[in-house]
Amino acid sequence: MSTQTQAGAPAAPAGGGPLLRLRGVTKRFGAVQALADVDLEVRAGEVVALVGDNGAGKSTLIKAISGVSPADEGRIEWNGHDVKIGAPGDATSLGIAVVYQDLALCDNLDVVANLHLGREARRGPFMDEIAMEREARSLLDSLAVRTLRSVRAEVGMLSGGQRQTVAIARAMTGSPKMVILDEPTAALGVAQTEQVLALVSRLRERGLGVILISHNLADVFQVADRIEVLRLGRNGGSYPARADQRQAVVAAITGVTEDHPSVATDAAPPTGGTSA
Amino acid sequence: MSTPAPAPVGGPTPDEHDPTASAVSLEARDGTQTGLKAIFGGGEAASLRVLVVLALIWIVFTIANDRFLTAGNLTNLTLQVAATGTISVGVVLVLLLGEIDLSVGAVSGVSGAVVGALSVQHGWSPYLAMLAALLVGASIGLLQGSIVTWLGIPSFVITLAGLLTWQGVQLKVLGEQGTINISDPAITNLANTFLAEGLSWIVALAAIALLVGGTLMGRRRRQAAQLELEPTIRTIVRLGSIAAAILIAVYVVNQDRGVPVSLCILIGLVVVVDAVVTRTRYGRHVLAAGGNEEATRRAGIPTRRVKTLVFVLASTLAAAGGILAASRLLAVNQSSGTGDVLLLAIAGPVIAGVSLFGGRGSVWAALLGALVIGSISNGMDLLAFESSVKFIVTGAVLAGAVVLDALARKRRLSQGRT
Repeated sequence: MSTQTQAGAPAAPAGGGPLLRLRGVTKRFGAVQALADVDLEVRAGEVVALVGDNGAGKSTLIKAISGVSPADEGRIEWNGHDVKIGAPGDATSLGIAVVYQDLALCDNLDVVANLHLGREARRGPFMDEIAMEREARSLLDSLAVRTLRSVRAEVGMLSGGQRQTVAIARAMTGSPKMVILDEPTAALGVAQTEQVLALVSRLRERGLGVILISHNLADVFQVADRIEVLRLGRNGGSYPARADQRQAVVAAITGVTEDHPSVATDAAPPTGGTSA
Repeated sequence: MSTPAPAPVGGPTPDEHDPTASAVSLEARDGTQTGLKAIFGGGEAASLRVLVVLALIWIVFTIANDRFLTAGNLTNLTLQVAATGTISVGVVLVLLLGEIDLSVGAVSGVSGAVVGALSVQHGWSPYLAMLAALLVGASIGLLQGSIVTWLGIPSFVITLAGLLTWQGVQLKVLGEQGTINISDPAITNLANTFLAEGLSWIVALAAIALLVGGTLMGRRRRQAAQLELEPTIRTIVRLGSIAAAILIAVYVVNQDRGVPVSLCILIGLVVVVDAVVTRTRYGRHVLAAGGNEEATRRAGIPTRRVKTLVFVLASTLAAAGGILAASRLLAVNQSSGTGDVLLLAIAGPVIAGVSLFGGRGSVWAALLGALVIGSISNGMDLLAFESSVKFIVTGAVLAGAVVLDALARKRRLSQGRT
């Protein structure tokens, strides 16, 4: 309800259309309505924060986008075309990478092995360790990661921030167009949170669309361009990530302003205007 | 007496070099293990530790009995460990997955029985009989592995059921007599012949040449790619000590009967399987599945297929071990593959540093662990210990090794993720 209508799409300037657009996404688990008619837009080079209380449907929405648990209803547009995401492979081949909260790293393997897991370079019957190590280095360099002393360090020996960095870098190995980060700063200390947020900014600079799920509003306001609130499985408003919006966002999350969605739409930059 | 001393020499000393101390770094923690890991690749730090333990055991037994460290006895030792060591190679693979296979002893017994029955009673060619035994092993592994991975039943339970089942099959195959004597030289030669002295030197030198050549080529490629190199001195020391060990070993056993063919088979298997684990994609996926199965699955790796194949390989290698055991004994009987075969085949790799929790360890642990256990048992035989004492000592060594593994894991958990 809070996002703009379809009016903007066809007339959008070159490259200005959203990378990902969800319309009316709905998901039920038995009698439970986990998502009801949710809309979401993400542009290239934009960090969209997805916030909401526990059980608001953030994870469900992410699983619908990533294909882990496809939506029951609703349309998904990718670069302006209708697409169907029915399995994780569909999302991957579109160019959507997901970094889950548990990071999905193998602690017993080194950084190089984790970055290339499942797509190891080969040289004859063997793996091409040298090519992989070089690639790992240049990938980490391109993300300006300086906190890893050795790409041959075992991931289990790394700190939480370093592990998160490795997980994000790993998501980048498939050259995705969009990265979804699930609570990347949960359980990190201050300095490590800064590192990870800096990395998120770098993803934006590279022109990727980023969806950031977070409980931590300070992080969200620091790094996001736009904040989408989910509440009880519905859109709870869209806010620019400006400091003066903080009260409004908190109110939307907790549901105090549930009756006034119009508060939310005013600043949505591209089309806006036509809210109900 | 010989509980594994917690690495007085092996681990800590050589890895303090910190090649990139100048690099910007907030956390220094990852620097420490890296050097050694990068150079020795995975489990070899643990292998060094085992060598120290092995040396201690040898020193103790040499002091206790001057016949221990003779060429004749050392040759016996290698003959004794070949079959168990071969079974252990497969056990290492299963342990790397974080699983267990309790049926390997029974599978080795079935395999021996199949070879005996087919070649002696049914007049098959000995080669076909051995091939059939390996195929029986592979099929058993396929069955057990499929049940474990596709039905999600713990490998502990399924292979325990397998242990009993295959022992029954073994008795069935052996028939009423319960013993089949094997005299076909194609089979018995495996464990009872030795390389001619000249040939053994050629093999030794070829192995060293391959090792040195491979290392140099790898170094050159890394240099060309402008990647960090192992310090030259360390390369020289490492290659030199391995070469010296090979030459000394060959020299010593040549004072007696020579290099046993069965030892060559075991070492050959270790080299091949080690290359598979450390250098192929499949091996990487095995390690990954052993470290974090869910992450491996999400990375698009067909973990069930990977795991099932490990069980196939383990059972096939167990079957190969059974053939070697039958060859050495010149017979198969109802007790082939029973008793302590299973326990020793699993204890060896664990003593030599393969983690029971999966994902960590080297295939060389199969050989080293078999040597450690074989040395203990051989030495105690020389000292004419009762089997009660032997069991207690071997059990204590195993318990000590598992405790060390658990402590190492605890330390890792408390270091990481903070």
